[in-house]
Amino acid sequence: MPDTAPITLSARNLTRRFGQREVICGLSLELRRGEVLSLLGHNGAGKSTTLQMLSGALLPHSGQIEICGYDLARQPKEAKARIGFLPEMPPLYREMRVDDYLIYAAKLHRTPPAQIAYALAETKRRCGLHDCGRKIIGTLSKGYQQRVGIAQAIIHDPEVIILDEPTVGLDPSQIRDIRTLIRELGDTHSVILSTHLLGEVESVCDRVEIMQNGRLIYGDTSARMMQYGDGRMKLEDVFIQITENKNQ
Amino acid sequence: MILTIALKEFRNLFALPSTWFILGALQFIFAWFFLARMDAFLQVQAQLAQIANAPGATLAVAVPLFGTLALIMMILAPVFTMRLLAEERRNQTLILLMTSPVSGAHIVLGKFIGLMIFLLLIIASCTLMVLTLALGTPLDIGLLLSNALGLLLLTACYTALGLYVSSLTAQPMVAAIGALAALFGMWLVEISAVDNDNAWRALAPTSHFQSFNVGLLNSADMVYFMLFSTVFLLLTIRRLHNNRMYG
Repeated sequence: MPDTAPITLSARNLTRRFGQREVICGLSLELRRGEVLSLLGHNGAGKSTTLQMLSGALLPHSGQIEICGYDLARQPKEAKARIGFLPEMPPLYREMRVDDYLIYAAKLHRTPPAQIAYALAETKRRCGLHDCGRKIIGTLSKGYQQRVGIAQAIIHDPEVIILDEPTVGLDPSQIRDIRTLIRELGDTHSVILSTHLLGEVESVCDRVEIMQNGRLIYGDTSARMMQYGDGRMKLEDVFIQITENKNQ
Repeated sequence: MILTIALKEFRNLFALPSTWFILGALQFIFAWFFLARMDAFLQVQAQLAQIANAPGATLAVAVPLFGTLALIMMILAPVFTMRLLAEERRNQTLILLMTSPVSGAHIVLGKFIGLMIFLLLIIASCTLMVLTLALGTPLDIGLLLSNALGLLLLTACYTALGLYVSSLTAQPMVAAIGALAALFGMWLVEISAVDNDNAWRALAPTSHFQSFNVGLLNSADMVYFMLFSTVFLLLTIRRLHNNRMYG
């Protein structure tokens, strides 16, 4: 990953409270074009909250987020048009057809009308949805619904793609397809994803950030994380050692 | 952007079997009521002919029909508005709109206009039914139009209120019952205030529809309807913003 690639996403000192409880405290992140970053962490570490803030669904209580130089709070239209977001639950209208839904998502993200037909065909090819265009979303299997969710996030060709647990609930061959797709997207876009699966980190990510109690406690390239300690530990053990060291 | 959201809402309504069922049932109710009024009018027509300035078919048939539709709308609007935001929140699809480069005002207006187009269809179908009378008798077009306009403004109020209640909850059923309770409560306020000058009457949208119903275009009533809708649309936009703030 070249260090000279332009920065597409930068977040500084994000904090977020729910009531009195501070869920995210002082989180800073940077992402360059052509980079795939993975957010790791236990349940409740604040991964989903972080991703929701980066996508503009939640406002941070303090801190700043910039997408390709546009401030997410001050220029939300410019910034959000450059983000594609797949939440934990794909936001699908069950009664719509796949094509109609994807065209709606493209229009919402201000894709020029002349490009919609091409974007639709290209996205369906990438996500393996060629035969599903006329199908009603509610009748698709969980795996295909997840693919429609991913398609919705990339149809407007965003600079920054945010995926919250993209491979959850998929079968092994679908997981492999989605990982290939993420890797392919990572070459030309910036991708940030959260996951529990350490195999995902090994196969698709350039960089890892580990979260605990709303803070980033470890960040490095995934190659170096695998060399952590004496370099003979499995990734699971590295992850557990890092998170438990911090607990003490 | 408003139009994109409005068209999607409008088209999605027709993907539901319940929409078609409600449209069919409404046509049946209109036709039943229309024919019943026609029948009553034809029976007294001979006597009416002897009075000078007798009420015509428009007053005898169309006005009560629109009055009934105004009451039906009180139930109909919450049934459709309940889904607009509450269901999006329950199905977690609202996040698609929240993360799109679309402002809260556009989301709310899009949803409002999408549903208004649909309800306009219902009002138009009722108006068309009355217009068939023109085949046999001259109609008071002015009275007819003032009724249709009044009903449209009344529906806008109900839709705006329903949309706001829908933005408060994640349960469509709660949204429907809440909006219905609010509308019904205001109607009760109106019918319990007996004398016409009572200040309480001025609060209820139904009382402002009365003047349109008798063919009176009163600018105060129009301003009331506009204000009522605008206030609740603004409250909904605010509520969506708070949604971003408080999660």
